Amino acid sequence: MENHKQQMKKYWRKNIRTVLILLSIWFLVSFGFGILLAEPLNAIKIGGYKLGFWFAQQGSIFTFVVLIFVYVYKMNKLDEAFDVNEK
Amino acid sequence: MDILTWTYILVGLSFALYIGIAIYTRASSTKEFYTAGGGVSPLANGMATAADWMSAASFISMAGIIAFSGYDGSVYLMGWTGGYVLLALLLAPYLRKFGKFTVPDFVGDRYYSNKARVVAVFCALFISFTYVAGQMRGVGIVFSRYLEVDIETGVLIGMTIVFFYAVMGGMKGITYTQVAQYCVLIFAFMVPAIFISIQLTGNPIPQLGLGGTVQDGTYLLDKLDGILADLGFHQYTAGRKSLTDMFAITLALMVGTAGLPHVIVRFFTVPRVRDARLSAGYALVFIAILYTTAPAVAAFGIYNAIDTVAGQPVDKLPDWVENWQKTNLIVVEDKNNDGLVQYLADPESNELTVDKDIMVLAAPEIAEPPNWVVGLVAAGGMAAALSTAAGLLLVISTSVSRDLFRTFVPTMTEKTELIIARMAAAVAVIIAGYFGINPPGFVAEVVAFAFGLAAASFFPVIIMGIFSTRMNKEGAIAGMISGLVFTLGYIIYFKFIHPEANNMDNWWFGISPEGIGSFGMLINFLACFVVSKFTPDPPEHVQEMIQDIRIPRGAGKAQDH
Repeated sequence: MENHKQQMKKYWRKNIRTVLILLSIWFLVSFGFGILLAEPLNAIKIGGYKLGFWFAQQGSIFTFVVLIFVYVYKMNKLDEAFDVNEK
Repeated sequence: MDILTWTYILVGLSFALYIGIAIYTRASSTKEFYTAGGGVSPLANGMATAADWMSAASFISMAGIIAFSGYDGSVYLMGWTGGYVLLALLLAPYLRKFGKFTVPDFVGDRYYSNKARVVAVFCALFISFTYVAGQMRGVGIVFSRYLEVDIETGVLIGMTIVFFYAVMGGMKGITYTQVAQYCVLIFAFMVPAIFISIQLTGNPIPQLGLGGTVQDGTYLLDKLDGILADLGFHQYTAGRKSLTDMFAITLALMVGTAGLPHVIVRFFTVPRVRDARLSAGYALVFIAILYTTAPAVAAFGIYNAIDTVAGQPVDKLPDWVENWQKTNLIVVEDKNNDGLVQYLADPESNELTVDKDIMVLAAPEIAEPPNWVVGLVAAGGMAAALSTAAGLLLVISTSVSRDLFRTFVPTMTEKTELIIARMAAAVAVIIAGYFGINPPGFVAEVVAFAFGLAAASFFPVIIMGIFSTRMNKEGAIAGMISGLVFTLGYIIYFKFIHPEANNMDNWWFGISPEGIGSFGMLINFLACFVVSKFTPDPPEHVQEMIQDIRIPRGAGKAQDH
């Protein structure tokens, strides 16, 4: 029983770690590239887009979608490893 | 056939479809009414969430705001999509495992207190009312344009339809109707966008067209920057808002998204915890299709509008201007009597005033596609407004009948509960209609307030409820009340009591009323921490419950009390 509790603590810590890594990317592309660093990034151009502007209106949204699917994949693997997945 | 005939046909057909589905999937039990029986597939739930979520603000108003504010409009794009990352990673799986019907249910059980539940009900009501008010404005605009009546009459017609529509079915009916509504609204948004993109830039994908070139070979965005600068406006790709305000508004919208009761309840309808995670992912894919297209529609729209109107003779304006003038949402006034329309940044000499909310509806007319495309946009706008209004009315009526009355009068019969629910929906529609006629801002702005309130009230206590085993009821109640009162006070002060003082010099730390929710959220967190330090820990069984919701295995269907 004690062992099970330890396992669950470990599961929760790994879960938190995954979430924190993904959220730092989430912060970087939106608040970082899209807002705080938008002006310096605007000096770089991709096609007709200024890069800071692109992140604010397109790039951050694409990244968000990818982040959620990475999270789904990682968590399903973690659930299986700790045998807490739903049958 | 002319635009009006196509509009009647397409709006009529889509309505018939929704009503058909609503009748076919009528809820037969309270469980079906509240959570659709918990058997909706993640894909269908993702689509329904997207429709529930994308309101008149997303469909009608957002592109208009971006068109007239350029880069500053990015707060809505990032804010309303980034929130889904928070929702998927921090809330949806745990709330699904918890497995009750409503957000006040979670707050009441997790904080073992009916007081906390009642405070949560009032927060939910405040948020939903504000949100629904924004929707009514959107519905009103659609009706006023296509029935050629003024905006007040448009709102009244919209109120009536939304009311009858929303009280018909419960969550089950709403879920499958929303799947249909998503299809209608995304089709209606994409077809004109693709059409205009090809016409303007030669590229069928609007997301690429926005970065493409116009006929003379210059990049569209560069050209737009140049035109606007010549007219005395701000450059399209540069910001006018301060960095602090951009940051605050984006944060408030993101966190608010994750705290919106009508979105959270959608994740109770899937069978398993892993489905809840996946469902949030699908929802964001469906939302991202519209959200990455909207900035393209915005830039195309403003470019075409300036191109076809500015500098043209007043007596030879294009049809779309004439049509919209009837609704008073476009006003042309030849101030210097030179017979030409001057569109300028200076309000003294500017002769063209365009209501921001009409851009998406007008953009296709400006580009002159086939008439059926224009009619389609009306059907899409109605789908967006109706699906969200129905979801919100369900939250309002559930909050009042179930979370409030049922908690204190547990002996109440199902019939009484239903009557109370319907009365709550009626009152909600009337109040929403009032604010739809006398809006305290544009659709997207009004909706932004709802997010601020959600960010400041729900998000912190739900997060703490999952991620802290020590957070107790005293902390949660203090947090919700202080966050809500602060944010509401700030908004009311600047929007209703002293609207003339609503500018950067008077704002606290340069944060506008739209962004103050993020400050309210911090106050909420702080109040939670401080109060919980001086009050007893939550009881043993609650701490065990928290451990349990952190692990996916064993999630049953959503349970009644």
